[in-house]
Amino acid sequence: MWGFKIAKSQSINYDRNDKEIMRTVLDSEPSLRVCMACGGCTSTCSAGNLLPTFNIRRLNTLLQRGEYAQLRNELNNCMLCGKCTLVCPRGVNIRNIVLNTREALMKYESDTI
Amino acid sequence: MNQVIMQQKNIAIIGGGPAGIEAAASLAGLGHHVWLIERDSELGGHLRLMFNLFPDKRPADEVLQEMLTHAQNPNIEILTNTQVVDCQQIANNRFALKTDKGQTLEADAVLMATGYRLFDAARKEEYGYGIYPGVINSFELEAMLKNNALKNVKGEVPRRVILLHCIGSRDEKVGNHYCSKVCCVTAVKQAIEIKRRHPDTEVFCFYMDIRMFGPYYEELYREAQEKWKVSFVRGKISEAAANLDGEIQIKAEDTLIGKPLHMRTDLLVLMCGMEADTDEPVAQQLGIARGQNRFFRSADNYTLYNNTNVEGVFTAGACTAPMNIIDTIANARAAAISIHNYLGCRS
Repeated sequence: MWGFKIAKSQSINYDRNDKEIMRTVLDSEPSLRVCMACGGCTSTCSAGNLLPTFNIRRLNTLLQRGEYAQLRNELNNCMLCGKCTLVCPRGVNIRNIVLNTREALMKYESDTI
Repeated sequence: MNQVIMQQKNIAIIGGGPAGIEAAASLAGLGHHVWLIERDSELGGHLRLMFNLFPDKRPADEVLQEMLTHAQNPNIEILTNTQVVDCQQIANNRFALKTDKGQTLEADAVLMATGYRLFDAARKEEYGYGIYPGVINSFELEAMLKNNALKNVKGEVPRRVILLHCIGSRDEKVGNHYCSKVCCVTAVKQAIEIKRRHPDTEVFCFYMDIRMFGPYYEELYREAQEKWKVSFVRGKISEAAANLDGEIQIKAEDTLIGKPLHMRTDLLVLMCGMEADTDEPVAQQLGIARGQNRFFRSADNYTLYNNTNVEGVFTAGACTAPMNIIDTIANARAAAISIHNYLGCRS
C-alpha cells in the first residue's frame, strides 16, 4: 500500500544501466546516432498508428539510454515494413536498428540464462 | 597632409538583389565605378516578393526603397534584363564579362551576389505540393499576405493554417543536410500576420527545432505564443493528402506526447529552404569553389568570408549560405570593403 513500501525510483539510472546491447546496436548501425527526434518514423509507422504504446522513435531513444525492458516487450510489434526508414530526413536505417536490436536482445538473453 | 589620389576601378556585381544593391551603394560611396547586373527587369531579387520582414515587421517595400535610394549614385550603372554569358580572366588580373546584350565589360573585380534558389517543394512528394491546391509554399503564403488574399481552396478565409518547418532543409533525402536558418522565424512572422488579420483562424507550426538565431527573434516567438495564440507542435509531418472537400489531412508524431497525431487543415504551408544556384554560368567558368552545401565556399569562414578561391572574385549575401536580409546587408558592406582593400593593394 502507498506509504508502507519503499517506492521504486522511476528515473533512468544511466550509470547503473547495462550498455552492452546499446553499444552492439550503435556499432552495427551507427546511423542511429544522428536521429534528431523529428518523429517522422512514428508518424508514418503502420504499427504505431494501431497500437496504444508502440512508438519506434521512443524505443530507439530508450535503447540509447540502456532502458531495455520496454524494448523486449514491444519490439516484436514492428512489422518491418520500412516506411520509417523511407521517411527519415537524416537517413537513419531504422528497420535495420529494429532487426539488430532484436538480435542483440536475443543474444544477450541467451548469454545471461 | 598627403592627398591620396585613387584611380577609379571598375567592379562588376552579378545579381541585383539586396546583396548586390547594398554592395553597389557601398562601393560607389568609396569612389568606385560599378556595373550592377540583374537578369530580371527590376532590382530587388526575392525581397520584392516579401510582405514584411522579421523581427520588426517593417514593410519589405519600404526597406527595398531605402536601399535603392542609397544606390542612386552616378558611379553605379544598372543593367537590368541582362545576363552575363561569358566571363574570362584577362591580363593584369582583370576580367572580361560579355552580356547577352552584346556588351563587354572589363572589370578589376567581380562580386558574386547571385543569391539563392527556393527549394522546389514538389520534390517532397509526400506533401502533395503541386497536386493538392491546399498545399502551398512559404512564398505563396507571403504573396497572399502581400495581396491581402489569404484564402483556402473554396475562396474563404481559412479556419486553420498549418506551417510546416524544414522543407528541403536538414533533409538528407533531398541532399540538403544544412539548416536554411531563416524559415523558423519566417514561419513565426507569417503566423503572427495571419492571426493579426484573422484572429479566428487557428495557426499551428510543426517544427523539429525552433531556431531563433537573431536579436528579437526569440521575443517574436514568445509574442506568437502569448499574444497571438499560435500553437507549436514538435514533430515533422510525414505525409499529407487532400480529402473530397479539398481539406488537407496531415500525419505527424507529437513527439512531446509520444503519439501519432492526425489533423485536418484548410492550408498546409511548406516552409521551403534555400538552395544554391548551381546553374550560374559565371561561377562555372571562373571555377569558384563550392562547399559541401553547394553554396560558394569562403576562402576562410572567419577572416576571409567574402573572398573566394579565385583572386579578384568576391561573394556577398545568400550565395554563400542561407542568410536573412539584415545579415545580407552587413555581409554586402563587408564585401565592398574587402574589394576596396584588394583594389587598393593592387594599384
